[in-house]
Amino acid sequence: MVIGSQKKTYFLMAPLSKHTVIKCQDLAIGYKSKKKASIIANAIHFSITQGTLVALVGSNGIGKSTLLKTLTAMLPTLSGSLQIDAKEITDYSALALSNKLSVVLTEAPASKNLTVQELVSLGRQPHTNWMGSLTQKDKNCIQQALEDTDLASLKNKNCFELSDGQLQRVYIARALAQDTPLIILDEPTTHLDLYHRASIVKLLKKLTLEKNKTILFSTHEIDLAIQISDKMLVMTPNNIAFESPCNLISQGAFDDLFPNEIVVFDKKTGRFSIT
Amino acid sequence: MMVQKKHTGFFVLLCLLLVGVVFINISLGSVDIPLQEIFNSIIGTSSKSSWHYIITNYRLPKAITAIIAGGGLAISGLLMQTLFRNPLAGPFVLGISSGASLGVAILILGAGVISGIISTFLLSPWSLVMASALGSFLVLLAVLGVTLKVKDTMAILIIGLMFGSLTGALVAVLSYFSDAEQLQQFVFWSLGSLGNLTWQGVAIISLCFFIGILLSIYSAKSLNALLLGENYAKSMGLKIKKNMLVIIVATSILAGGITAFVGPIAFVGLAVPHLTRQFIKTSNHFVLIPAVAISGAILMLVCDTIAQLPGTVYTLPINAITSLIGAPVVIWLLVRKRKLIF
Repeated sequence: MVIGSQKKTYFLMAPLSKHTVIKCQDLAIGYKSKKKASIIANAIHFSITQGTLVALVGSNGIGKSTLLKTLTAMLPTLSGSLQIDAKEITDYSALALSNKLSVVLTEAPASKNLTVQELVSLGRQPHTNWMGSLTQKDKNCIQQALEDTDLASLKNKNCFELSDGQLQRVYIARALAQDTPLIILDEPTTHLDLYHRASIVKLLKKLTLEKNKTILFSTHEIDLAIQISDKMLVMTPNNIAFESPCNLISQGAFDDLFPNEIVVFDKKTGRFSIT
Repeated sequence: MMVQKKHTGFFVLLCLLLVGVVFINISLGSVDIPLQEIFNSIIGTSSKSSWHYIITNYRLPKAITAIIAGGGLAISGLLMQTLFRNPLAGPFVLGISSGASLGVAILILGAGVISGIISTFLLSPWSLVMASALGSFLVLLAVLGVTLKVKDTMAILIIGLMFGSLTGALVAVLSYFSDAEQLQQFVFWSLGSLGNLTWQGVAIISLCFFIGILLSIYSAKSLNALLLGENYAKSMGLKIKKNMLVIIVATSILAGGITAFVGPIAFVGLAVPHLTRQFIKTSNHFVLIPAVAISGAILMLVCDTIAQLPGTVYTLPINAITSLIGAPVVIWLLVRKRKLIF
């Protein structure tokens, strides 16, 4: 395992001043309808500091997407407190929040006729005037986002011409162009092969290290997440653990992730294997 | 996304084409008028008064109506396609034209109930526009309301068709109870015609067009954001409900106002945005809105010129010509690309 050495280099490189970007206290999430609220998970406590890469894992239907939707204000919180940059999420206007957090969703954009450059440029919308005209600063930001995601050579291609891995990078570039301290991604590695999964998470890691971005992503690639993320949010039916991967392994947090009869977690290799 | 210089050439070409088509449209008709006389009539120095009368009171308002109807319907189609994330959306498909029909039907057929002075007031061109725009606005709001619950693009089309049938049924019930004179008036309206407008009508329809186009341009940035879908648009700080409402109002004013005067016209709203996208490689609505408007105007003028059957005294219904041209275009696009993208 390389966890130990990676952690060490990370702590050496970490900037000294770190403030809390997301803070949840006794948060309950779920869906609210007129008649009743159905709680999916409650008593959620965690706080994420700037420049950390956090992976959110859990089995299907446990509420990963619900949590991410709540964190991105697409769903209201049911109870408890959720703060972004030390301010309650409900106190933000849509525009103010779009300056704090950008998202990469699982849903494909409605139109695939956009070129890569056009799609990435849309990320500048919170910063542009009513015509959406781009200033030199906007253009620089877009160029930088394209370079950071290795898309500069593809910028004039239409999105429907791209592979899934390239598309995922385009969505990340759009979030980068939005220029927010926090980026939240919902399953950015789905539908990708091992190489592209690894290249996406490495890109996310690079962004936390070089751009001091705070990144939260949900994933089913638990072994990849263990190797690369700084902290992990592990959702199990009983509780939600928030720790560094090493601590989570020694606490046995992954043992409860799935019912035990088919897959078991091997603490030595940091992987799940079929029984 | 800015209006890039590379599109300038395309726009110059479109405008030249538009001017050319306008002159062809005005010069052709059942009466043969030499081109020189047409110029003279427009400047007001015509030698023959009957030619002057035909040009200024029939062909010129008709050409302007064609430009506005084609441009306006095409823009409303573009707005629909982006708003409903559906390449097959358009004022006709989503039941907006039927909504306008219902509004007009209630006005014309219902006017029989209230007789006398009130009914003559009710049938003024302004009330026709209001009823038609209100009808399309309500249908559009209903379709959108259901769309927010059902997040499936296929379902949206089916819902649009259902609303179309519903309003059609209501119109049928209304016409069953109304007398022959009003029914005839409504039937003539529903056949569609570009040539029935007085200058006053042209002024009203132009006003609708300019309000609609201003609202569309105001919405262009949010339309661009909506290309990524609602959730992405929201995450970029868009006030989604307000912006959607503006887009819907713009569409109802355009489609409703135009339908009030020229009747329901099929396929222009659906086909023109797709045709335009074949020639202009951008999804930026600041470029697409003017491009689609000019292309729609050109197409409508061409359709109207054909409908006149130059040299004969016959005039075909404009609706038939737009369908004859529009339907094959959509089929051709589908076959060539195997799917419609927007």
